Amino acid sequence: MRAIILFSLALSLFFSCSPSGPKTLPILGERDVVNGDTIYPTIPDFAFIDQDSQVVTNATFKDKIYVVDFFFIHCPTICPKVKANGLRIYNKYRNDDRIGMLSHSIDVKNDTVAALKRHAEKLGIDSRQWHLVTGNHDDIYSIADNYFSVAIENPDAPGGFDHSGRLILVDKNRHVRSFCDGTDAADTDRFMQDIDLLLQEQFGD
Amino acid sequence: MRHILVFIFLAGSLASTLPACEDNTYQEGARLYQQHCANCHLDDGAGLGALIPPLANSDFLEKHRDALPCILKYGLRDTIMVNGTRYAEQMPGVPTLSSIHVTNILNYINHSWGNAHPPYRLDEVKRLLEQCKPGK
Ligand code: HEC
Repeated sequence: MRAIILFSLALSLFFSCSPSGPKTLPILGERDVVNGDTIYPTIPDFAFIDQDSQVVTNATFKDKIYVVDFFFIHCPTICPKVKANGLRIYNKYRNDDRIGMLSHSIDVKNDTVAALKRHAEKLGIDSRQWHLVTGNHDDIYSIADNYFSVAIENPDAPGGFDHSGRLILVDKNRHVRSFCDGTDAADTDRFMQDIDLLLQEQFGD
Repeated sequence: MRHILVFIFLAGSLASTLPACEDNTYQEGARLYQQHCANCHLDDGAGLGALIPPLANSDFLEKHRDALPCILKYGLRDTIMVNGTRYAEQMPGVPTLSSIHVTNILNYINHSWGNAHPPYRLDEVKRLLEQCKPGK
C-alpha cells in the first residue's frame, strides 16, 4: 500500500513538471476516476484537542491553508530539528490568518493537554495559529496515512515511536499539495516557496 | 649527508601531517556531534526556545566544565540555568561513547560557533568520567 502511495506521489510530481505556464502545485496522492470524473484524495473529517483544550476540527482551518506534522515531546531523535524548521515557517507567516499549523502528538499517553500547553509555551508559539493536538490514538495514527506520513509505535525505536519528520501542506479544499523533509533546512526553504505559490493560487493578491 | 636528507624528509612529512591531525580531531568531534547531538542542539548549536539549551556561547560550558563529560555520556535530568534561562528538561546520554569520543566532541563544541574554551585532555576526561561510572 505504501509503495503504491509513494509511486503515485512520484507520478504526480512527475506530471507537475510540465514547463508551460506559471507553476501550480500538484494535488498529491492516488486519484480515482469514477464515471469520467476524477476524484482526488481529501483529508477526512477529524476532531482533536489542542493545548488550550479547544477542539480542533477541519472547521478550524476553514478558508485557510495549513501545515501538518507528527511529533512527540520526549523525542530523542528528529523532532527538535523539525520543530526548529516549523518555527521558521511560523515566524515567516506569523499573524497571517490565511495559514494555520497543526502538530499531532503520537504519544497519547504522555503528551496530555497540560504537557502540550507547557511545550507550546516553551516554544513560544501562539495557540490561535499553531495547534499542538492529542486525541484518540487510532484517529491520530490513521490520519497520518492521509497526510502521507509515518507514525508507528515501535518499542525498538528511540523513544518508542517511528515517525517521519515530514511537514505537509494542505490547501483550502483539504488536498495535500506539497511536503518536505522537516529535518532539512534547505528542503524547508523550498517548501516555503510552495506555501507562497499556494497562497497566490488560493487567495490571489 | 644521507642522514640529513632522511631527517629533513621525515621532519617535513611529520610537519605536514601535524595540522591534518588537529583537523582530524575536530572532524571526529564534528561527525559524532552530527550523529548524537545535532538533532536536539541543532547544527549551529542554537538550541530550541526554552526546551533545549544552546551550546553556542553557553555560559554553562565554562561554569560546569568538570561536569560535561558525565553529561554527554550519562545524560542530564536537572534544573539548570543557561545564559539566564531556566531549563528543567531531560537529555538522554550516549553511554556507548568512549572517553576519546567524549574528548573529541567536547573539543569540537569548545571551538565552534564562536566558543573558545581551553581544550580537554584525554586523561582529564578519563578522570572525570571515573566519577560518574554506573554503580558509584
Ligand atoms: C534528546 C535531545 C538531546 C540530545 C540528543 C542531546 N541533548 Fe544535550 N541537552 C538537552 C536538554 C533538554 C538539556 C537540558 C537538560 C536539563 O534541563 O536537565 C541538555 C543540556 C546539555 C548541556 C548543558 C547545558 C548547555 O547547553 O550548555 C550540554 C553541554 C549538552 N546538553 C551537550 C550535548 C551533547 C554534546 C550531546 C551529544 C552527545 C547532547 N547534548 C545531546 C537535550 C539533548
